[in-house]
Amino acid sequence: MLTRRALLAATAATPIAAGALASAGWSSRAAAATPKGIVVMAKQIDDIVSFDPAESYEFSNNEVDGNVYRRLVAPSHADANKVVGDAAESWTVSPDGKIFTFKLKTNAFFPSGKALTAEDAAYSLQRVVKLNKTPGFIITQFGFTKDNVDSLIKATDAHTLHFELPTAQSTSFVLFCLSANVGSIVEKALVSANEASGDMGNAWLKTRSAGAGPYQMTSYAASDHVSIEANPHSGIPVDTKRVIIRHVADPSAQLLMLQKGDADIVRNLTPDQLKTIGANKEFHTTSSPQSSQIYIALNQNVPELAKPQVRQAIKWAIDYESIAKNITPNSYVVSQSFLPAGLPGALTDKPFHKDIAKAKALMAEAGLAGGFSVTMDTPSTQPYADIAQAVQADLAAIGIKISLISGEAKQVITKTRARQHQMAMLYWGTDYFDPNSNAQAFCANPDDSDASKLKILAWRSHYVDKELTDMVDVAAKELDSAKRVAMYQKMQRLSQDRAPFVMLLQAIAIAVEGKGVSGFTIGPLPDYTKYAEIKKA
Amino acid sequence: MSDAGAVAIPRRPRRRAWLGPLASTLISVVITLFGLVLVTFLIGRVMPIDPTIAIVGDHAPPDVIAQVRLDLGLDRPLVVQFAIYVEKLLHGDLGRSVMTSNTVVDDIGHFFPATIELATVAILIATLIGVPLGVYAAVRQGSRTDHAVRVFCLAGQSIPIFLLALLSLLIFYATLGWAPGTGRQDVIFEGEVPFVTGFLTIDALLDRDWDALYDALAHLAQPAGVLAYFSMAYITRMTRAFMLDALRGEYVITARAKGLSAARVIWRHAFGNIAVRLITVLALTYAGLLEGAVVTETVFSWPGLGQYLTVSLLNADMNAVLGATLMIGLSYLALNLLADGLYHVLDPRSR
Repeated sequence: MLTRRALLAATAATPIAAGALASAGWSSRAAAATPKGIVVMAKQIDDIVSFDPAESYEFSNNEVDGNVYRRLVAPSHADANKVVGDAAESWTVSPDGKIFTFKLKTNAFFPSGKALTAEDAAYSLQRVVKLNKTPGFIITQFGFTKDNVDSLIKATDAHTLHFELPTAQSTSFVLFCLSANVGSIVEKALVSANEASGDMGNAWLKTRSAGAGPYQMTSYAASDHVSIEANPHSGIPVDTKRVIIRHVADPSAQLLMLQKGDADIVRNLTPDQLKTIGANKEFHTTSSPQSSQIYIALNQNVPELAKPQVRQAIKWAIDYESIAKNITPNSYVVSQSFLPAGLPGALTDKPFHKDIAKAKALMAEAGLAGGFSVTMDTPSTQPYADIAQAVQADLAAIGIKISLISGEAKQVITKTRARQHQMAMLYWGTDYFDPNSNAQAFCANPDDSDASKLKILAWRSHYVDKELTDMVDVAAKELDSAKRVAMYQKMQRLSQDRAPFVMLLQAIAIAVEGKGVSGFTIGPLPDYTKYAEIKKA
Repeated sequence: MSDAGAVAIPRRPRRRAWLGPLASTLISVVITLFGLVLVTFLIGRVMPIDPTIAIVGDHAPPDVIAQVRLDLGLDRPLVVQFAIYVEKLLHGDLGRSVMTSNTVVDDIGHFFPATIELATVAILIATLIGVPLGVYAAVRQGSRTDHAVRVFCLAGQSIPIFLLALLSLLIFYATLGWAPGTGRQDVIFEGEVPFVTGFLTIDALLDRDWDALYDALAHLAQPAGVLAYFSMAYITRMTRAFMLDALRGEYVITARAKGLSAARVIWRHAFGNIAVRLITVLALTYAGLLEGAVVTETVFSWPGLGQYLTVSLLNADMNAVLGATLMIGLSYLALNLLADGLYHVLDPRSR
């Protein structure tokens, strides 16, 4: 007879027994560390929208694209001011800077075994212009349109690409833009075969790859994993045949996976966890400055913030080093110019430090010795929340009383796009590896009206500076590289002196490699992070 | 005896008796769903986040942003936008998610089974342990066992679930090595089990891949265990309270006076009478698990509907938010209807 005691025992034992049974089965095959030849990377990848290079614009998908596609050119690892050939063997530029002729390598192949040709390169750039998705402006900003692109970008033979600009531009500017992810070359035959409703294969390519890079995508599940395998025909040697990027949202879970050997590389540990893991010699840390920065925008429609002395006072009142040391150790470093370190022409000196006496004198000079009140919008997540409080305390010392308005990052962006903020703390990442991207964002505002065609950072804060706006335009067309770099350096100095942007910090990406793993390098932009040299003992 | 002369009482035809309640249930379901869609739609539209940012990012030029606004129909009046959404909804079109590039229907088919699998195992564990424990605590009211059960329940309800999840990972995965880490399956099984139902355990079973089945069950154990503990605490407390109430009932005293065995008195007479109330508790707890497992899903990297909804919400991916909310609302309604149906089976008074 079934007694109460027996029933209780049986019911309680059922799930425990099921768990034990499952664990026993699990441990028989999967309990070992990650298999040889496969690298498992734990990372937050829920930002992925599309892998189509004509559309890809987020960190995680751009990083994968950087490993599955080749572009005509790529930035040199040895010298950030130069580009080197990737799919292109060589190139020539006409004296007026308008016509580029690329000679393509003959040893680049797609996973299908077909050679990468100039026809593929032309098709790839044409579809970027015709689709005109988010990163399309990187190519269309030169004046390409749906109507002219077919005649201006074309293959003259299997290995020669004719690339003609509608108007002359700086050669390095053009090459750096072509080195961006949006310049990736897709296999025309494969993508065309999967076209639907005239979408040039966009829907199909969102979750697949069609490139001639060292890897090819084999499987993708949103918010779960991306799996890539070596492209057997690429001609680029790879040490690791398969890389699985698993979405692990929680940094603590990433750390546990690394310690247990279930992840070979982890990407999102917190500063505290990095400090802990740094003491363990089994693990190796690799880092690289990133092209994204944290800054404070001062809206010029606020009368007090429109005074040049107040903008200077704010820059002199903030304790940059203290913020970097105490709030963002291992994850951000102080950066005070609009070009992050690593980009061509970036100024790396730090002219500002906390000097309350000087800041107060500037406030008095502005006629605001008694201070004023202002609001500052800031993302509610870390490290922004802590940095905002530190800035609030620093500026209180010179009489500026900040009321913090905390919100979701996209909410803060929405507000700044509508020009409704007073002060706002946000982040900005360069779109491509050329100084024009950030120079245009922080300096150019040719039309401050609501009908403006350029509504980036300067416009959003009503910052009108004709000299800087003109310099951006001139520098983009300057053919002499050295002169061009000097112009961007001058722009940075002028911006530090008078622009309503307080540049605070530059991000540092840090990855930790597990026992026996080496060779992983992080690039300054996501698509420059390469997996091909990862080695696993 | 004869019935002659008795007054004939007109009787309503029994065949149509169910029509009234069914119609009223259907009407209430439709009204509830409409309200749910309307409220979620309005919240999505008044949220101070520009939905174009999720699609084209922050750096896109004004003409691209304008085109996206046009494509999304954001230039039209709110009423028109809602009417278009409802019309598409009635045709089974929930739109396309910005974040995943898939149709929301496809996404729900992918993410929801993971959540259902997790919640179902959790509710099974919670019920199988929680109900007997609650009954036992009530029978032994005031005993050390009763106090121990109450402390156990108090801990389950008061410890934040993210802490429970992290502690579980630290103990069972990192320290003891009894359980696998995060995710639904180990990397060596990635892509091995063909997608049929979306329930990994069922798909592995259908594929007769026993290793993959064990792996899926092992990966389920920890997150389901954490969710189960959290839910079990509530189920145990409610069962104990219901049972204490029932055990004081006159019918229980009568049953005991008749000399029935303790087991029969407890399980047949007392427990039988609390079953109806308990079903409501279980149904609502299960529904809560289906939509409230976000934190557990995050810590265990479980690609379920909770995570999908959170990421979509943070990115103002409104089609995905509306679709997922609607699905959760439907689950609530379905479970409520199921509970109602079970009332009729278990409680003759409600028929």
